[in-house]
Amino acid sequence: MPKSLKRTLAFTQKEIIQILRDWRTLMIILLMPIVLMFFFAYAVNLLVDHMPTAVADMSKDIRSRAFIEALEISGYFDVKMYVEDEDAVVRAIDAEQVKAGLVIPPDFAAQVERGSGQVMIIFDGSDTLTVQTGYSAASAIAQSQSVELLMEKANQMGMGAIGLGSLPIYTSIRVLYNPDMDGMIFMVPGIAAILLQILTIAQVAMSVVRERELGTLEQLLVTPVRPIELMISKVVPNIFITVVDTLILVLTGVFWFDVPFQGSPWLFAWLSLLFIVSGLGLGLLISTVAQTQKQAQQLTTVLVLLTTMLTGLFYPRTTMPPLVQAVGNLIPATYFIRIARGIITKGVGLSFMWSDVLALLVYGVAVMGFAAVTFKKRLD
Amino acid sequence: MSGEVTIFTQDLVKRFKTRRGAVTAVDGVTLQVRRGETYGLIGPDGAGKTTTTRVILGLLKRTAGESRILGYDSMRDTYDIRERVGYIAQQFALPGDLTVIENMRFFANVQGASREEQRKRIPELLEFAGLSDFTNRRGDQLSGGMKKKLALACSLIHEPQVVMLDEPTLGVDPVSRREFWNMLGDLRTEKGTTIFVCTPYMDEAERCNWVGLMYQGQLVAHDSPETIKRMVPGRLLEFTPANFVPAWQLVPELEGVLEVQTYGAMLHVFVDDVERRKREIETALSAQGVTCEGMREIEPRMEEAFISLIRRQRVGATG
Repeated sequence: MPKSLKRTLAFTQKEIIQILRDWRTLMIILLMPIVLMFFFAYAVNLLVDHMPTAVADMSKDIRSRAFIEALEISGYFDVKMYVEDEDAVVRAIDAEQVKAGLVIPPDFAAQVERGSGQVMIIFDGSDTLTVQTGYSAASAIAQSQSVELLMEKANQMGMGAIGLGSLPIYTSIRVLYNPDMDGMIFMVPGIAAILLQILTIAQVAMSVVRERELGTLEQLLVTPVRPIELMISKVVPNIFITVVDTLILVLTGVFWFDVPFQGSPWLFAWLSLLFIVSGLGLGLLISTVAQTQKQAQQLTTVLVLLTTMLTGLFYPRTTMPPLVQAVGNLIPATYFIRIARGIITKGVGLSFMWSDVLALLVYGVAVMGFAAVTFKKRLD
Repeated sequence: MSGEVTIFTQDLVKRFKTRRGAVTAVDGVTLQVRRGETYGLIGPDGAGKTTTTRVILGLLKRTAGESRILGYDSMRDTYDIRERVGYIAQQFALPGDLTVIENMRFFANVQGASREEQRKRIPELLEFAGLSDFTNRRGDQLSGGMKKKLALACSLIHEPQVVMLDEPTLGVDPVSRREFWNMLGDLRTEKGTTIFVCTPYMDEAERCNWVGLMYQGQLVAHDSPETIKRMVPGRLLEFTPANFVPAWQLVPELEGVLEVQTYGAMLHVFVDDVERRKREIETALSAQGVTCEGMREIEPRMEEAFISLIRRQRVGATG
């Protein structure tokens, strides 16, 4: 056996023994993703519908009741309380009793008859997701109500649905820029992607930096081990762990969250391997910068935040300024979220996402190469 | 003493960049260690012993000068050195969650020892280190002394020609310390291994056959312990004054007193003439009402020589 291979195997074996012996950490690594997956998926799901709503119905007639009912039926709004007026609605939002409020003016029915009915919907603006979803939901509901009213009116006047000058309820319609957001089936693959991202970065970074802090790295460096062999021994065992995590997450998604796995599992397997390797490479890079576990933790935290914010899972990337988008491009999850959604939810093949795959490939090679260059044979 | 040089440095300099500017940890060290020698690099904490060792091993980049082990350049031939040299870092730095035997096998594999070699050497080394009964104990759970013995055993697995030890008996009880040094002695006599050891303990320095005294990044003296002890001029008197502070203030002012060192409740006084000054000191002290017990001449040890040499270095630097 060539000496290099023998050294690499010895180091890899050492890593595996250490991982298996620290079973508490191993359990955390294996169970944490499921726990987080449930929290993330349900939290996100609860945000976008069943918004607690306060209603000030000053009209109290058939028209206003029909509108409130339409809001409730949509599933986006749950009427939590009826109050007197607009001020009371605002107070309820201030007190965080509700997230949204509906104010219907006293002469609503008359306004509608005249063809210019207006309702006011108030949102808790501190929660942008609520506003976005609620806004589009309310607009859509108002629009469908309008069309219904119009048809009704037209019928009364003995006309068909032609020659309509204006709609009786005016709304401005805005399409949510991220229609993927409301489906759990789009959410779950994305959540899996960012959880894997966090795991890969943190595991490798901590394992290298811990050895540096304990002084073990010094004792190991003084053996004939080459930096590249040391790198491989840190990456390989963690690939196995992360593959297990990936399986757990995908199976949870398919069997618990009923996400249909539309595309090719093999394609997904190979691409997730590529994603895992690039994430581990990023972890190695952090380990060359951070000298202590504390520093590594802080750097990882920054990356975790950037991953959640900038990769397009919760916040759409298209509206971000170019610089922010560019930072997002430095995180492999940005590409893998699209790949995961593409394969799992949409069932598309390589031809539809080759640019993301290529980007991930280039990224993986670059980050590993860079880590190999910066991973030193010395302490300074 | 002659023979092949195994460790060699010439005007070795190591500077660290810090936020407050450059710190010169090693400032022009020139030393030679001959084959089969036990070389002790001694000096107070922060003298630059660890940095010197790390640079020689190629663990730190050298700023200037030369450093070689067995003819291999520390920077260029790093891996040749690492295949032929054993090293024990200052703190216990073996993977602590591996057992004794796992650690041995790990280092054996890393050093490329074959199965047959391992079958022969590992039991030998465990026996040598007195760890045969603890093969399944984890590194972390060993006592301080056992940790050091395990580290030594692991560093010897590839039968290195040179072993470098950085303060190997730090945090080790006196009995284990003695055992450890006996192991080093055996290693030297049985295998002819060159041993390079950094230590702040003067009694350990006496066990070396060549000593380099390091202070503030420089090699202040390097010679055999006997010669170093003779470097201090005068002869040494030891006594316990009944009243310490006045004695400590008075004695250095007396004629013929070259140097005064404190040693617990005792004073160590270097004088030019033992019989004459002994009387004079006793007279001067009793005039101040200070009696003193058991004044006698003793042989200067490394400790006194070391303090004296460093003191002179300090005076030289300031004056």
